[in-house]
Amino acid sequence: MRTLPLSAPTLIAPRSLASPRARANRLREKAAELAITAVGLSGIAALILIVVFVGREALPLFFDPQQIKEAGLGKLFLPQLLREGKPLGFMWQPVSNVPKVSMIPLLVGTLKVTVVAMLVAIPLGLSAALFASEFAPRRAREIIKPVIELLAGIPSVVIGFFALMVIASFTQDTFGLQYRLSALVAGLGMAIAIVPVVFTVAEDAFTAVPRSYREASLALGATRWETTWRVVLPAAAPGVLAACVLAFGRAIGETMIVLMASGNAAIVSASLTDSTRTMSATIAAEMGEVVFGSAHYSTLFFIGVQLFAITAVLNLVAGAWVRRTVLRLGGKP
Amino acid sequence: MTVPARKSPALRRFLSQLFTTLTGLAVLLILGVLLTILVDALRGGLGRLSWEFISADPREGMTEGGIFPAIYGTAVLTLLMTVAVMPVGVCTAIYLHEYAPAGSRLPGLIRAAVQNLAGVPSVVFGLFGLGFFVHFIGERMDRALGGELRWGQPGLLWAALTLAVLTLPVVIVATEEALRAVPLDLRTASLALGATKLQTLGRIVLPGALPGILTGAILAISRGAGEVAPILLTGAAYYLPELPKSATSQFMHLGYHTYVLATQSPDVEATRPILYSTVLVLLLLTFALNFVAIIIRARTRSRAAGGH
Repeated sequence: MRTLPLSAPTLIAPRSLASPRARANRLREKAAELAITAVGLSGIAALILIVVFVGREALPLFFDPQQIKEAGLGKLFLPQLLREGKPLGFMWQPVSNVPKVSMIPLLVGTLKVTVVAMLVAIPLGLSAALFASEFAPRRAREIIKPVIELLAGIPSVVIGFFALMVIASFTQDTFGLQYRLSALVAGLGMAIAIVPVVFTVAEDAFTAVPRSYREASLALGATRWETTWRVVLPAAAPGVLAACVLAFGRAIGETMIVLMASGNAAIVSASLTDSTRTMSATIAAEMGEVVFGSAHYSTLFFIGVQLFAITAVLNLVAGAWVRRTVLRLGGKP
Repeated sequence: MTVPARKSPALRRFLSQLFTTLTGLAVLLILGVLLTILVDALRGGLGRLSWEFISADPREGMTEGGIFPAIYGTAVLTLLMTVAVMPVGVCTAIYLHEYAPAGSRLPGLIRAAVQNLAGVPSVVFGLFGLGFFVHFIGERMDRALGGELRWGQPGLLWAALTLAVLTLPVVIVATEEALRAVPLDLRTASLALGATKLQTLGRIVLPGALPGILTGAILAISRGAGEVAPILLTGAAYYLPELPKSATSQFMHLGYHTYVLATQSPDVEATRPILYSTVLVLLLLTFALNFVAIIIRARTRSRAAGGH
């Protein structure tokens, strides 16, 4: 279905008999094909350029002696002496007399927010996807899917605003929290952003399960739920995993929601109700004031490299699982 | 497979009902959140929304007046982005679906790259725009043009191009789906009548795929208009007394304005009404765009399914 069965020029005339017009035509065809093929490479080009030019600005961290001294790998990832006579620790404080550029507070913060978001979004998204594909009448399904698309279309800055204004007040009043903004608030906001991801990918996987599987199970006397739980869900398992992995990737890179709702204090703590700073928010918050070409500048790009690498791996894994679901269920890849 | 523990049929039916209901509740909860967001924005924002708000400049440290510069900036930015992304995205999809030779590994590679591109965090696109467009291309242009700082700083064009790269996957995926929906018979018939491949493409395939391509454009616009993280690094301004005059000007932006009002305002209470109305405008804009896209798609799908 991808290519045409006949190639046009052979339809016209043998080369020797071709009129000048036909020859001009053939030339134009060739030129168009070449141009379209060249532009077709844009996706690959964009990806390569992103790797090269985000990486390029992070490189001095590894090759410039001054920057290695200020923000080498040891400073980035190993515990450092923060104050005389105190135990070693991790701190992100890139603008100070002695810059401290530990990634650990940012990694911990990112993980905390992401975990909250996943804990909320995955059960919610999977349940909704099951409902839409297994239980809902057709009418309801035709409403649910566009509505979730609408939810997916809400700009993340609006969700950030909502988290800042509504979720923050709600959690603070309900649980009597000390801080208004925290990993919890940002995580709940982020859950709103990634529920549509979980839903869409999982729903695709569930609908790919052939009807015959369900009919066989129901015919053997299983209830609707038993069929769903023991037949549909296992059959679609790789797709469900892919949904979770993709959502995780989205959550790690999500910026505006955490920038607005997490409180942005770079501290290492296990508490979900502490103010928290993530990797993505750090880039967005500090790139405006950073000195061009400083170690701090390179470090921000290095955070970008890490985000890119993490999400790229997650996307590859998820893509493979989606393909596996489709193959396993007998569809076309 | 383990044999299920023996439960009474009544219990099994009850459990089935229970879990089905629970999944239904999950859907209701999601709908509830969507409604809450909408109602909250409407309740807080409708009061201030007026023609003046849409058409006036901000005043009194952004606690009074309107958001016209932000609307204008968003519109110009998205327009530039669309002009940049549509030809590239559509051509890529045409290559993938119409021209890629069977058995070549290139299309698979391109699809993988596009899929990967779609998963790159938006803030990384911002870094890319800054590193590539501003610092690499912009600074070289400045040097070539005589050393005056013009292109080597964040600005409208660079932000638009960054967003164009970000929305490229949206356009490619939508266009490919649209091309797939054009029946193969139409192409074969056209070729059989002696039309060349290019003529078939221009007069048969693309017109048939137009609604789908339009959907892609609308989705890209909606996505691009709402993204803040990339333009934060490539040209959005906190406050500007005048509208952007050239491709190198900085610009105000609805989404960025929302962020600024929500987090950087010295007087939160005073900016709140403006903030809510700004959110409402942004939300209505993206909802309207998405709604149109959903409708076009639903109509094309039902036509394809109905087949005439």
